[in-house]
Amino acid sequence: MTRPILEIKGLTTTLANSKATVLEDVSFSLQPGEVLGVVGESGSGKSMLALSVMGLLPKVIRRTAGYIILNGEDLTGSPPEHWREKRGRDLAMIFQEPMTALNPVMRVGDQVAEVLRRRGVPAEKARQETINLFMQVEIPSPEQRVRAYPHELSGGMRQRVMIAIALAADPKVLIADEPTTALDVTVQAQILDLLRKLQRERGLSLLFITHDLGVIAEIADRVLVLYAGRVAELASVRKIFDSPQHPYTRALLASIPQTKGPRGRLVTIEGAVPSVGTMPKGCRYAPRCTFRRDICEQEPPRLGIVGPSQAAACLQPFGFEQPQEEALA
Amino acid sequence: MSAVVSGLEASSQSPTWHAATRLLHNRSFLIGAGLVLAIALMALFADALAPFDPLRNSFRTRLLAPDGRYWFGTDHFGRDILSRVIFGARISLTIGILTALLTGIAGTLIGATAGFFRPLDNPVMRLMDALMAFPAILLAIAVAAVLGASVTNVIIALAIATTPHTARIVRASVLVVREQEFVLAARALGASETRLLFRHVLPNALGPLIVRLTYVFATAILAEAALSFIGVGPPPPAPSFGSIIAQGRDFIAEAPWITIFPGLAIIISVLGLNLLGDGLRDVLDPRMRT
Amino acid sequence: MARFLTKRLAGAFVVLVLVSLMSFSIIWLVPGDPTAAFLDTSATPEQVERLRRELGLDQPIFIQMLEWYGRILQGDLGHSILLNRSVTAAILERLPVTLSLASIALALALLAGISAGIVAAVNHNRWPDQVVMTVALFGLSVPDFWLGIMLILLFAVKLGFFPTGGYVPLGEDPLGWLGSIFMPAMTLAVIQVGFIARMTRASMLEILNQDFIRTADAKGLKRMDIMLRHGLPNALVPVLTVAGIVAGALLGGAVIIEQVFSIPGVGRLIIGGILSRDYPVIQGGLLFLAVIYLAVNLVVDILYAFVDPRVRLE
Repeated sequence: MTRPILEIKGLTTTLANSKATVLEDVSFSLQPGEVLGVVGESGSGKSMLALSVMGLLPKVIRRTAGYIILNGEDLTGSPPEHWREKRGRDLAMIFQEPMTALNPVMRVGDQVAEVLRRRGVPAEKARQETINLFMQVEIPSPEQRVRAYPHELSGGMRQRVMIAIALAADPKVLIADEPTTALDVTVQAQILDLLRKLQRERGLSLLFITHDLGVIAEIADRVLVLYAGRVAELASVRKIFDSPQHPYTRALLASIPQTKGPRGRLVTIEGAVPSVGTMPKGCRYAPRCTFRRDICEQEPPRLGIVGPSQAAACLQPFGFEQPQEEALA
Repeated sequence: MSAVVSGLEASSQSPTWHAATRLLHNRSFLIGAGLVLAIALMALFADALAPFDPLRNSFRTRLLAPDGRYWFGTDHFGRDILSRVIFGARISLTIGILTALLTGIAGTLIGATAGFFRPLDNPVMRLMDALMAFPAILLAIAVAAVLGASVTNVIIALAIATTPHTARIVRASVLVVREQEFVLAARALGASETRLLFRHVLPNALGPLIVRLTYVFATAILAEAALSFIGVGPPPPAPSFGSIIAQGRDFIAEAPWITIFPGLAIIISVLGLNLLGDGLRDVLDPRMRT
Repeated sequence: MARFLTKRLAGAFVVLVLVSLMSFSIIWLVPGDPTAAFLDTSATPEQVERLRRELGLDQPIFIQMLEWYGRILQGDLGHSILLNRSVTAAILERLPVTLSLASIALALALLAGISAGIVAAVNHNRWPDQVVMTVALFGLSVPDFWLGIMLILLFAVKLGFFPTGGYVPLGEDPLGWLGSIFMPAMTLAVIQVGFIARMTRASMLEILNQDFIRTADAKGLKRMDIMLRHGLPNALVPVLTVAGIVAGALLGGAVIIEQVFSIPGVGRLIIGGILSRDYPVIQGGLLFLAVIYLAVNLVVDILYAFVDPRVRLE
């Protein structure tokens, strides 16, 4: 196994004013060139995970335990200025809302070139490179578009600009936080295709955050299922879809509308994610779990290996329904 | 329907209670209220508090520096400055309150008309724009001078100068409120326009208005002083903060206390009102919250 | 952009017509006869009649108004009986004084106010923020003319650093000019510094919470660059819109401050006119200042469109 480009170990974040945990004991690793999908409902802590890795947690949330190791270097002990150095070079992020994530009074080209300039690229070269990046993210007539202001572009175009900004950093790890959620369905597909293409061409290590399992199926190699701030399941994308071990993962899959093609939204799991500060004592999913037993409410289950390249945090994982087939795989 | 009901309830009861609780935890509001209350009590009980008659001339006590007997010193007529400042609070605060009230009434009428009856919006607001084009203090001075020096005319002059901005604020909140669901719903249910305006729209526009009027109060105290200084303020001999300063100006080198103390009284009053306004704004006017 | 300009100009024109009408009608506010101010009670009816004719008051109000518009369109603000000269000439002669006072004060206020506001916002809820906000609040609560008197008392009477008042033209003695204009300009700026600092801080705090600031952070930009390149330009948009209001307040403030420091500017001319009920001076002066205010605000609006590209489209 090669050395992971990003390793998260036991990451725990807490609201500063109470002791309520937002993320608890989250561990996973990202291999070079790998796409790790992070999936969960809103409130599962997936955006907080992204911001933790970036070192951009809002002031009200603190990291209270765990390590974030980027390319062998532990960032958690390092001063904020060092982390800042990593952003825009080794780390880049694409946000959910292309409408508000761009500076409204700055030309979009300048917002891309800014990243290049920070990396020491001379002004004229940065301008050329920006146009080049616009071509890579398939923005038509890039020479003109670099001079546009964000409000002059459509949502899809703005998200392409955001991707160009991220690529300008030439990052080791790219985090995409629901990059297609705010867009129209047809545009979603285009942006997703673009991201997948760029990831393959450049061999990007991508942490792809979404609530949409359909998107996961299209882009991810492995999947991390988050529930209420804890890892519910971590497995290859195939295992997740073929033999989910955690009841929550299963419920998520069941909630995908059975149309042709794996596009769907998480709609119909009974109940809601418990909010921060009102977490149940045992398994956090227990109150909604149809397979719940008494012990589930006693103690939180630990993430355990349940099969080849598959781990789940459940006291009674499903096991493999088609063992022969799995064994052959 | 349930949305309508809850909207109305939410607008009439719980927020008032909520706002009151939050005000009591707002530091600006508490300090401001304390200062304003102190000055107001001073004005109210001036007769009991003032050590001397503020109008009594005495040649023997002319231009005395502050000492144990005359804490704030005396002026060129031998009058006790402390007593004049205490009584001055009466006229200054009266002018402030009445200006705020008059502005509140005029501003609400004009702003609500413009905001609620669309055809009148443009003409009325252009008129307000035109009034705002004159420097407010100069407008007040001109009106006060032309009308003649009296407390009433000072109030009228100041109200004319502060009304346009107030009307603009009322109009803005009316425009916001009138598009809200519960107003649309009430309209759909056939409520008359005037009833709609008075029952639903205006009460919800009240927050920004109260905040604005607190600032108008403060501005009026400052402007009264400026008017007095120019010589078109409330006529002598009755003291206001402004008129005491105006009289002290000629003796600034030999008797600076005549000018200093009423100035400090203005600062305390206006500071109190500004703090009060900031506190109210934090709680009542969510759009302006910082 | 062209549509924005046309609309804005048309609006300004309507307001201008109203402003001139208001300036003119201040004379209607006068209780009794305007001529009473110039003539004592012993004046004969013939003298009153002659003065009324001279002032044009014998004409029907409608004709008076038409004449007024006819004159101001030619830049003629009327004739001051007391000064015995054209109001336009009297104003223009004093204009440079007032403009230099107001513009120095504006520059001071913007510089100090914006810097203080940024310092406060960047250090939100820490001691620099509290210091700036406290000072700003005091600035807003001090009567400007009183502050002027205090400065005179301290720096002119006690310490002798500056003259107690008066004005030295720039062309005559640049250093003397600076000495004569510095204290008045400072005094005039104080209130506006408080106002601008509070505005800048509030606006900056709001902007610093926006998503694009997080994007800038994610780019790894230096904190200073984020503040100055992403925060400030956005935060200045609302600050710029109040610059017009500030300019108006400064013109009004200058009227008072000129009085305090005995500076022979437009403000003193108008105050003199008001106190002696010299109606052409009052009418002309009010109109003149209002026109300056409208012009400044028009410029601000156009600038605004340049700072904020979103406005241009609408």
